[in-house]
Amino acid sequence: MTVIAPPSPLSAPAPADRPGFRLTVTEPLALDSGQSLASYDIAYTTAGTLNAERTNAILICHALTGDQYFAQPHPITGKPGWWDVLVGPGKVLDTDRYFLVCANVLGGCMGSTGPADIDPATGKAWSLSFPVITIGDMVRAQKQLIDHLGIDSLFAVIGGSMGGMQVLQWALSYPDRVFAAVPIATAPRHSAQNIAFHEVGRQAIMADANWCGGDYIAQGLRPERGLAVARMAAHVTYLSEQALHRKFGRNLQNRDAISFGFDADFQVENYLRHQGNSFVDRFDANSYLYITRACDYFDIAAEHGGVLANAFKNTKTRFCSISFTSDWLYPTSENRDIVHALNASAANVSFVEVATDKGHDAFLLDEPEFHATLRGFIEGCAQHRGLNKS
Amino acid sequence: MSPDSTRLITPLKNELREDLRLVAQMIEPGSRVLDVGCGEGELLSYLYQHKNVDGRGMELSQGGVNSCVRNGLSVIQGDADNDLHDYPPHAFDYVVLSQTLQATRNPHDVLRHLVRIGRRAIVSIPNFAHWRMRLRLLTEGRMPRTAALPHHWYDTPNIHLCTILDFIDLCDDEKIKVERSVALDDLGQAYRLNPRGRLANLLAAQGLFLLQGRS
Repeated sequence: MTVIAPPSPLSAPAPADRPGFRLTVTEPLALDSGQSLASYDIAYTTAGTLNAERTNAILICHALTGDQYFAQPHPITGKPGWWDVLVGPGKVLDTDRYFLVCANVLGGCMGSTGPADIDPATGKAWSLSFPVITIGDMVRAQKQLIDHLGIDSLFAVIGGSMGGMQVLQWALSYPDRVFAAVPIATAPRHSAQNIAFHEVGRQAIMADANWCGGDYIAQGLRPERGLAVARMAAHVTYLSEQALHRKFGRNLQNRDAISFGFDADFQVENYLRHQGNSFVDRFDANSYLYITRACDYFDIAAEHGGVLANAFKNTKTRFCSISFTSDWLYPTSENRDIVHALNASAANVSFVEVATDKGHDAFLLDEPEFHATLRGFIEGCAQHRGLNKS
Repeated sequence: MSPDSTRLITPLKNELREDLRLVAQMIEPGSRVLDVGCGEGELLSYLYQHKNVDGRGMELSQGGVNSCVRNGLSVIQGDADNDLHDYPPHAFDYVVLSQTLQATRNPHDVLRHLVRIGRRAIVSIPNFAHWRMRLRLLTEGRMPRTAALPHHWYDTPNIHLCTILDFIDLCDDEKIKVERSVALDDLGQAYRLNPRGRLANLLAAQGLFLLQGRS
């Protein structure tokens, strides 16, 4: 994937360990909590080329532990971009036709301002003095980037999981600036079960002595054990019982018999430990606290008198909601709540439930039915938008 | 709309079924249409290409929905019994329910929703009083099975079959105004018969009705 030059000289290239671009916004950001950020960075990457009319831009919103490296290798893990299967010339998110932008969320740890960064007021890491942020705050910050890129109206905003929440928030906050919205494997509110799982993760981090009440950066420590356990627990929720069974069953890890001990006897244990251990190399524990909290606070209906249907009144955006049969984290029923609310506004909406046993993570994987759906929807929207194949 | 927006999304594999062509004829160009039970989106594609219609679909089978969305149509998975109540009154110029009313659990509720959501509703039904049905029942003494209604009594999705006269009675009871009715033969061609008459009820394989929405 080639990285295109910044569309405007105002963005500076990001530091070498964070390839891509960085926008420093000096206009204060008013947050939902009532606090504000005096200035902040947004780290982002792009793929494809913005057309002269600036009508072919697609904003990609990443999930909880994702980042802006959707289309290029990750600078820490070296793994391909997290949506590499979808992005490229001739692919569903066709870089020959569309200009793709993905920004690290506010509160993140890959270059956008977050709790691991230095608070200019104190010269020390923000840590827990970083203000609590919401999905709405993340989107407000992204809007600054889209303004900066000179894009009046996004052709599409697309994202899965927490990225899907941002998609919905975009469609609500800036309806005139979103031509098409694709919320995938998401929900109009974070369910009690999902808040519960997030709390397990947060408590795992806080239980790590190295967390130091959140002050680990100043202490020169890292709560890696806690963060790894948080990741292990969360990772199970991204899969499905069938997928785990298919991948691992009760297979033993490099041994012929159980050990009558607490080693990783089973492959599934080994796999989860690996997931946990590799995660801590690329993620900040306090970022994990802040971003999970932002998801927990997400509830569209609450902002509209408790009636979800009121949220999308008179929307002109074209929606395509996609869910996966084996996703128990953001089940079809919750995705369907979004569709019902859109129907109540007689909005233009498509809804597809993709049959798969891969669980919530299916949106990141090679799922032909999902990809065909997304391709068809985008192609249909491109025709309505007058974006023709060149 | 730009000229480009009326281009083919996907070329139709086959010509539009004859009865759907009659449905399409009832629809004004440029209108908003909801096709309930839209199958693979044949009618919606046709209306989009030929009548510049802003179309939406609802379909029970996931395969049908996926194929519609793949082809650029706005379609959701849902069914007439459960998913019509979300829509606000007069959300569409036309709501189409083709050969599906007999498969709903509560046909009268569905019908009420159709005339609530649409300024007009277009409904087609298989006519159980067709002479072939009558003859089979008379001569064989068993539940009739035909090309149009091929299922056994125990596995049929068509749990609320009716005749053309029954349907018109229901519309009268519900005070729904039937603006036009058409009697169709086995091939979906229109008969030159009074659709409210006993002869149409004997000869027609299907009835097609344009209903006035509730104001």
